Amino acid sequence: MSTTAAPAPAPVTAPATASAPPPLMDDLLRGILRENPVVVQMLGMCPTMAVTNNVANAFAMGMATLFVLLGSEFFVSLLKKWFPTEVRIASYILIIATFVTLAELILEALVPDIHKALGPFIALIVANCLLLGRQEAFAARQPVLRSVMDAVGMGGGFTLSLTALGSIRELLGNGTWLGFRVMPAHFEPWIFFALPPGGFFTLGLLLLAVAYVRDRRADQRLALART
Amino acid sequence: MGDLAWIIISSLLVNNFTLVMFLGLCSFFGVTQQIGTALRLGLANTFVLVMTAVSAWFLNKYVLGPAPFLRTIAFIVVIASAVQIVEMAVKKFYPVLFRQLGIYLPLITTNCAILGLAIFQTNRGYDFVQGLAFAIGAGLGLTLALTLMASIRVRTELTEVPRIARPMAIVLVIASCLSMAFMGFAGLGTS
Repeated sequence: MSTTAAPAPAPVTAPATASAPPPLMDDLLRGILRENPVVVQMLGMCPTMAVTNNVANAFAMGMATLFVLLGSEFFVSLLKKWFPTEVRIASYILIIATFVTLAELILEALVPDIHKALGPFIALIVANCLLLGRQEAFAARQPVLRSVMDAVGMGGGFTLSLTALGSIRELLGNGTWLGFRVMPAHFEPWIFFALPPGGFFTLGLLLLAVAYVRDRRADQRLALART
Repeated sequence: MGDLAWIIISSLLVNNFTLVMFLGLCSFFGVTQQIGTALRLGLANTFVLVMTAVSAWFLNKYVLGPAPFLRTIAFIVVIASAVQIVEMAVKKFYPVLFRQLGIYLPLITTNCAILGLAIFQTNRGYDFVQGLAFAIGAGLGLTLALTLMASIRVRTELTEVPRIARPMAIVLVIASCLSMAFMGFAGLGTS
């Protein structure tokens, strides 16, 4: 029902390796590391900062976003032919908002404590640029299966980054991980990491680490190319 | 009256939308390369915030009473329309600004600050005038944060920042320092 003509829509700077994985696998894996929404694309910053002062909240937010992304990419990809171009963004937002409302009701029913802790940030998933960005850049042009894989990959990458941030912040800011005491008893928690400035700082550190690894890899590739 | 002043000060400094509550970070990182653009985007945001506060109050009062679970959907639709109107107005009257803001103008729709304002306003049960004060304070707070960030970022262009920190990491560290500075306002009172 759909044209599979357009390949990778975004200007991806992926190196054309000899053993390129099949497109479906690539759709799935791309979001996890290479085009990770948080540390590479810098999308969806607000929940990334706001809810990552402990692991449970960060993971729940990641999963909620994954759910919304999956549902909305599926429907946008399925219905893409029927959206008039002028109001397509509004249509995407309506679909996203529907799934966010679902996610909010589900979280409230299953884990009321986390629902309370996340507060307004569940409803704010609607305003996460990642969601609208993926609809426009991917789901609106690709067949359903590929969109679903993309949603799982991007959502997974988002969850991964959020959990990593949450782990660092909870470990240093509170001395615990998922509520269990990890740091030795005489460890004085660095409150800084649990507060808003700590969020910015931790993400800065994470970005530095990612940039360092990429830099070294690029150097190695360059050295390899020279020999 | 003191109540209104407090709402403005609180949303402007103590609970600054961007630096303390983490709302509207996309434009905070995306459009702060130049001071002028940042300032104007902040003001455009303020305008949309005020429109949102009015419409959210209206929706809460007359429409959403019987079906509160439709809040998110109703808010986002109203906000999207408001942004569309602002976009058309800016395109018509300030074409230069329109080009400078680029993708970030339609993205005001997906600026968490806007939807966040509507949600916080509802949760705290603000009336019409309080909502307006909240929107103005929040908008000015956003503008302040954007402008401060842009002013510092302009200077980092001229300094020797390590290569790996170049595109974004340094910006996050700056944001962290700014945020720490704003934590100092917490002494103004309890929110």
